[in-house]
Amino acid sequence: MTVSPKPPLLEVKDLRIEFPTRRGILVAVDGVSFDIAEGEVLGVVGESGAGKSLTGASIIGLLEPPGRISDGQIYLAGRRIDNLPYEEIRKVRGSEIGMVFQDPLTSLNPLYSVGRQLIETIRTHTDLSEPAARKRAIDLLGEVGIPSPKVRIDQYPHQFSGGMRQRVVIALALCVNPKLIIADEPTTALDVSIQAQIITLLKRLCSEHGAAVMLITHDMGVIAETANRVAVMYAGRLAEVGPVDQVIKRAKHPYTHGLMGSIPKLSRAAERLVQIEGSMPRLNEIPSGCAFNPRCPKAFARCTVERPDLIPVDRSQVACWLYDQVEERTGSDG
Amino acid sequence: MSAARRTDAMAINTDRREITPSLAGRAADSLHRFFDGDVYYSFRRSPVAMVAFAVTLVLFFVAIFAPWVAPHNTDDVTTLNLMNARFPPWGFTDPFGTEGVARFLLGTDDQGRDIFSAMMFGLQISLMVGFASVILAAVVGTSLGLISGYIGGRLDSVIMRIADIQLTFPAILIALLIDGTVAGLLPRAVAQDLKIYVLILAIAASQWVNFARTVRGSTLVEKNKEYVQAAKVIGVHPALIMIRHVLPNVTGPVLVIATLSLALAILTEATLSFLGVGVPVTHPSLGTLIRIGQQYIFSGEWWMTIFPSLALVVLVLAVNLLGDWLRDALNPKLR
Amino acid sequence: MLAFIVQRLFQAIIVMFVVGLISFSLFQYVGDPVNNMLGPEGTIEERERLRERLGLNDPVPVQFIHYVGNALQGEYGLSYRMGKPVDELIAERLPATIELVFVSALIALLVGVPMGVYTGLNRNSWLSRVFLTVSLVGISLPTFVIGILMILIFGVWLGWLPTFGRGGIVELGGWQTSLLTLKGWSHILMPAITLALFQLTLIMRLVRAEMLEVLRTDYIKFARARGLLNRAINYGHALKNTLVPVITIMGLQIGSLLAFSIITETVFAWPGMGLLFLQGIAFVDIPVMASYLVLMALFFVVINLIVDLLYYAVDPRLRSEHVGGAAH
Repeated sequence: MTVSPKPPLLEVKDLRIEFPTRRGILVAVDGVSFDIAEGEVLGVVGESGAGKSLTGASIIGLLEPPGRISDGQIYLAGRRIDNLPYEEIRKVRGSEIGMVFQDPLTSLNPLYSVGRQLIETIRTHTDLSEPAARKRAIDLLGEVGIPSPKVRIDQYPHQFSGGMRQRVVIALALCVNPKLIIADEPTTALDVSIQAQIITLLKRLCSEHGAAVMLITHDMGVIAETANRVAVMYAGRLAEVGPVDQVIKRAKHPYTHGLMGSIPKLSRAAERLVQIEGSMPRLNEIPSGCAFNPRCPKAFARCTVERPDLIPVDRSQVACWLYDQVEERTGSDG
Repeated sequence: MSAARRTDAMAINTDRREITPSLAGRAADSLHRFFDGDVYYSFRRSPVAMVAFAVTLVLFFVAIFAPWVAPHNTDDVTTLNLMNARFPPWGFTDPFGTEGVARFLLGTDDQGRDIFSAMMFGLQISLMVGFASVILAAVVGTSLGLISGYIGGRLDSVIMRIADIQLTFPAILIALLIDGTVAGLLPRAVAQDLKIYVLILAIAASQWVNFARTVRGSTLVEKNKEYVQAAKVIGVHPALIMIRHVLPNVTGPVLVIATLSLALAILTEATLSFLGVGVPVTHPSLGTLIRIGQQYIFSGEWWMTIFPSLALVVLVLAVNLLGDWLRDALNPKLR
Repeated sequence: MLAFIVQRLFQAIIVMFVVGLISFSLFQYVGDPVNNMLGPEGTIEERERLRERLGLNDPVPVQFIHYVGNALQGEYGLSYRMGKPVDELIAERLPATIELVFVSALIALLVGVPMGVYTGLNRNSWLSRVFLTVSLVGISLPTFVIGILMILIFGVWLGWLPTFGRGGIVELGGWQTSLLTLKGWSHILMPAITLALFQLTLIMRLVRAEMLEVLRTDYIKFARARGLLNRAINYGHALKNTLVPVITIMGLQIGSLLAFSIITETVFAWPGMGLLFLQGIAFVDIPVMASYLVLMALFFVVINLIVDLLYYAVDPRLRSEHVGGAAH
């Protein structure tokens, strides 16, 4: 038997998400391709409106109309999932892909006890009996660090603090052992003092359960601590994808470079932070060529005309014409 | 989260809100925001709204010009002739064998009034009472909302408490009580003369709450904004700021509430008149006409009540449709 | 729990006190009951005797206390117009109105809620559009026009149903009910549907709006992201959350059913309290007006109390002792 390379856990190819509006079609995500290996943590960063959350939602089939996937494919463990009928994608949700949302205060149904929500999810995807599901729910609550889970399981969401609720949300996302967790800004709404705890918990649990994570955030600090690889998004496109140390220490794309420059460092406290001039364009005003060109300090003629694709540079991939010239000079590629 | 919401926000130019300082400027600006792009676009896209608007316009026109357009001046009692009573509509025959005549297109009532003309005059009264009470309710409600939201404290809780209690009591009941009380307080003849004003007052009294609540909400939001604090610091009277900044901002919601209230006011007036406590019989509104005709449906003389009912329903439906559309077009959170 | 109920009861008592004061002032300052009862022909002695009998010569606060005391015992005085005790009049009329309102509320709820749920879930189906359009017509149709149309069609033209009054009445422990006989139902059907129609459309639109709102919330999105069955999401998570605000409004709606029953009773000559009240207004029969007012207020207060308790049963946030942060 020939050794066929195992397909990556998640593979997103040329994803394009559109919103038809009365002023024409807005392209919110445009030609995005990336993959996530089993057990890997991929950080997805970018400003709000860059298309991170939409990409996450489209993977699990929860794009809100009128938004729609107009092009591209999504594969989960080699199986195409972007065009599945409703009942099929529903089975994928929760059991193969779990999701953690931003705001734990609004993610839980206020009228159902925490236990009921857990048991309901477990029983939807497994054949466990009510008592067995309840036992598993109690175990899970203990696992995510909720004290006296046997008591807490019958309490309602409002009886939990924000951090505790996010732990419950994580338990809910993990309760049927999915292979992939999409965490959409899981700590943004939380108190700063709890953020680190939750991130550590998420990372530990996912590695224990063998789940890969797509961690959507705009917090580079969280990415640096947690992720194996990083994808940087700008105006609905990928700017750069690469290993976390590479991207943070040796950013290739001028945008990534600017983004890293804006992180305060304790070691160089006195220095002034680098700032990117201007702001991300609105979706209806994306310039031709590279979307970043009006703000790019290194832009040249080609950038305003032709749109760059991802080009392999070192261990990363970068969508920037600066590196195309390098390629041509070294002559490694046609 | 959703890009849909984000693009919506983009479509509406929010940047403009904080600039223009002058009152006229603000008003013009907010008017501009209304009828600029979005609202007008949605109007053009909605055939229902356009038809409703056209129907409303025609009915308004007919009502205003009733004395000139109507074939008979039914307001003048001396022109009534009992010989003309209870004619069926033109082309119909009543259960007793009488045939309708072209002179009375929609038939006549028990007093010999031409139904078609009486409807025009009735429409006039219905619309007049409706408009007057909505304007009264809007002015009182908006002022109380501004005061309540701005001054706050005890006054606010008193006003809102009253509003709460009043909301539990249906409009008709309040109007009936006011009507009954006034009838008891004043001598019969005087009460009869004042009837229409009492009616307007009673309907307005049942409607001010919606205006007050909405305006109060907006005032509370605006009050805590930084520019109000800043203006206080430089010594501008805060009440002036409220009027300048809150009023233009609530024009949209108030307009929507006013439109829907107009439909409700017309209905309330018709209902009260139908119950016999509304406008005097000498100047019948649509509700009075329906009441007069009601007793004749058992003998199969349906036209006296059906045609005025139809006019009433078309009017209220058109205004309701307009209000509904306006609410969707402006899309404020109205509840 | 106890504190909550006590607080609500206290509020209810205040409302009743205010209404009592209003209805007392009606007695005190509106119209001259003596004039009303005797007419202009009464002699001075007759007037004085009547004043004494009605207690009109006592100081005002004493009169108010008397009034409240009497009201608590169910005594609302004599009807000026009919010279009969008001409580007797009301006792005769009450069952008719209660049954009418009860049947209409049932119709409005049992039809309105499912229609609202359906249109909320299937926003773009043609049936939803039909429901919505019809509901807008329903909201624009005045109750009395609906009643007249029904009488004309089913009573006069088709001759299927009786057009006025109650029928088939059975005495049941002092309560005259028309819900036990077929004839009784044939009488109540048209008035009840007429009365229900407006509320039905209102409830439908409300449930729909609330449903749409709830379906947009994060917890519904999260429930979908966990792969729960549509049935569980729609009829479990979403519907239960929808019902919380809907319960309040429905309480108010039952109140307005009571008020609108005045119109229905007029159209169908239904011998209920609304008709009594309307005749009371026409003749400035203050005792009838005042006691109707007090009775309505009592109904509203009781309904509101029930609504509060229901709320309490549905929403765990009200039940717990320590209410956590930003719950909404």
